[in-house]
Amino acid sequence: MVLGTYKEAVSARATEKQIQKVAQDGGIVTALLSYALDEGIIEGAVVAGPSEELWKPEPLVAMTSEEIISAAGTKYTFSPNVAALKKAVRQYGLEKVGTVGTPCQLNGIRKMQSYPFGTRFLADKMTLVVGIFCMENFPFASLETFINEKMKSSPEVTEKMDIGKGKFWIKALGEDIGFPLKETHGYEQAGCNICPDYTAELADLSTGSVGAPDGWSTVLKRTDAGASIFDQAVKAGIIETKDISTVKPGLPLLEKLSLGKKDGAKKESDNRRELGLPVPF
Amino acid sequence: MLARIKRFLGLEDKPKEQAKPIKPKEEESSQQEVEKVADKPKIGYFHLSGCTGDGIALTENYDILAELLTDMVDIVYGQTLVDVWYDDENNPYAIDDMPEMDLALVEGSVCLQDEHSIHELKKLREKAKLVCAFGSCAMNGCFTRYCRGGQQAQPKHEAFLPIGDIVQVDCTIPGCPVSPEIVAKVVVALINGDMDYLQPMLDMAGCTANCGCDLQKNIVNKSLCTGCGTCAMACQTRAIEMREGRPEVNIDRCIKCGICYTHCPRSWFPTEQINKDLGL
Ligand SMILES: Cc1cc2nc3c(=O)[nH]c(=O)nc-3n(C[C@H](O)[C@H](O)[C@H](O)COP(=O)(O)OP(=O)(O)OC[C@H]3O[C@@H](n4cnc5c(N)ncnc54)[C@H](O)[C@@H]3O)c2cc1C
Ligand code: SF4
Ligand code: SF4
Ligand code: SF4
Repeated sequence: MVLGTYKEAVSARATEKQIQKVAQDGGIVTALLSYALDEGIIEGAVVAGPSEELWKPEPLVAMTSEEIISAAGTKYTFSPNVAALKKAVRQYGLEKVGTVGTPCQLNGIRKMQSYPFGTRFLADKMTLVVGIFCMENFPFASLETFINEKMKSSPEVTEKMDIGKGKFWIKALGEDIGFPLKETHGYEQAGCNICPDYTAELADLSTGSVGAPDGWSTVLKRTDAGASIFDQAVKAGIIETKDISTVKPGLPLLEKLSLGKKDGAKKESDNRRELGLPVPF
Repeated sequence: MLARIKRFLGLEDKPKEQAKPIKPKEEESSQQEVEKVADKPKIGYFHLSGCTGDGIALTENYDILAELLTDMVDIVYGQTLVDVWYDDENNPYAIDDMPEMDLALVEGSVCLQDEHSIHELKKLREKAKLVCAFGSCAMNGCFTRYCRGGQQAQPKHEAFLPIGDIVQVDCTIPGCPVSPEIVAKVVVALINGDMDYLQPMLDMAGCTANCGCDLQKNIVNKSLCTGCGTCAMACQTRAIEMREGRPEVNIDRCIKCGICYTHCPRSWFPTEQINKDLGL
């Protein structure tokens, strides 16, 4: 179970051109959350919205599709979305909340749902939890080093960031600039080094770029709730799918990367235990 | 009734075999799903130096409360819930001796200068099979950690300790206050004999000191923090702000409840329970 438990894997993308333009990959997160909002399945969604500082996200309680779309695209630094869930329920009064998060963020949400010690009446309001694949995350200062020093560019002209084909990329002034992913090692946050979850195994539905062609996403349907909302969105024509076995590189690459992450995490966890340090899993 | 509680807790649509207890009490397993629990656990609710917030949380399980109290548990001791307590010459309802009970839910810390509280605590330890620190004050002192006496009408009342400093505590439910849902979940787990669910609460019982700085000392300093923001969500006084992906605790707002550290997914992580709850 190197990808966690799932019902079905598909390759997919949003059909809406406006979403395709701003999304990181297939726009699955944005399309699905907007669809759920429009259909009244959720009343709002916590996403990684823009902040005053370029490329530094800030959790946003989005109440409209426009706001959800404004948060599209990957920011390779922390957006403590979980922190805003309480705000969504208390200040915004939402009964049905959607959200997106990295695997570690989902850990916090799911633990709260199973053991809601101090979080009264939050657990049952988490209606749609979309997970994104994640190999590692970076402190903002690391991103600054990548953009300013390694790629000799600047955040102001950066239009997109991406990791793929062994490189860390930015698109700046219409040009693609990249540098070897190997050189990012040592700049990721240390907490990621023991993280065994690549594919957001505790999500209602997980999505990421690996396995799918450019402009498409790989989707793993996990819980009944996640699968049913996704299938509805496909039926409504919001999302189109392809059989995963027909796309390259497909699931084998995803499985390989996931396994690699688990092995690395185990090695680092063992190292830490040997030093007498605590490791939670 | 059990089915109704499960529906209330959002556990309804899980496969049958997963809803069953993991370690059923002998000979009882076939009766687990019956409407009335034959062997109702006897529960005492003790109110030491607390604010009744945790007791109120129990009653906030509106949908299931009436049945919970009549069909599922017997509250055999307690001032607010059943008007039964003992050893008080001014109280006509006081009883001569404390009854035996399966579980004592103890709310509030204990004042060293209050003889009656110390006496009640020691007594309940003798009478209860399981002693549960109910809420953060009982578990770790919480904001009574800031008590220092000098106030009317008992200027001498200055020392308030988590109950675990005086008697052995078997399990704990942290929270300031605890959530209504966790109370319901614990009751269901108790009735089902689901010790796996209760295990983290047994493990935490030995912990009698918490503070927002647990996050810095035990998570950030140990290279465990991922910047997820769960601690900031859980903090009940909004003492935590996330800065550069790390929790920053406003120590002047922190009431030392320990909820941030309890909820942090990197302090402990119940993988199997979560998979079970999600049906994964
Ligand atoms: C730190 C990080 C590392 C990743 N690593 C991989 C990887 O190794 N392999 C892989 O296949 N995919 C990875 N992804 C996921 C990938 O980059 C896309 O987010 C995913 O494919 C969704 O694309 P989309 O077009 O469906 O989403 P979009 O429609 O573009 O929406 C993206 C959503 O993600 C949210 N988001 C953006 N940044 C963050 C953040 N930092 N924290 C929380 N939420 C955020 C946004 O709010 C938005 O709602 C990573 C993502 C992040 C944030
Ligand atoms: S690698 Fe793990 S710990 Fe790091 S950001 Fe991704 S999910 Fe979180
Ligand atoms: S920081 Fe907040 S959650 Fe943590 S102990 Fe203090 S008051 Fe409690
Ligand atoms: S909950 Fe734990 S891992 Fe998450 S931000 Fe807080 S301290 Fe870090």
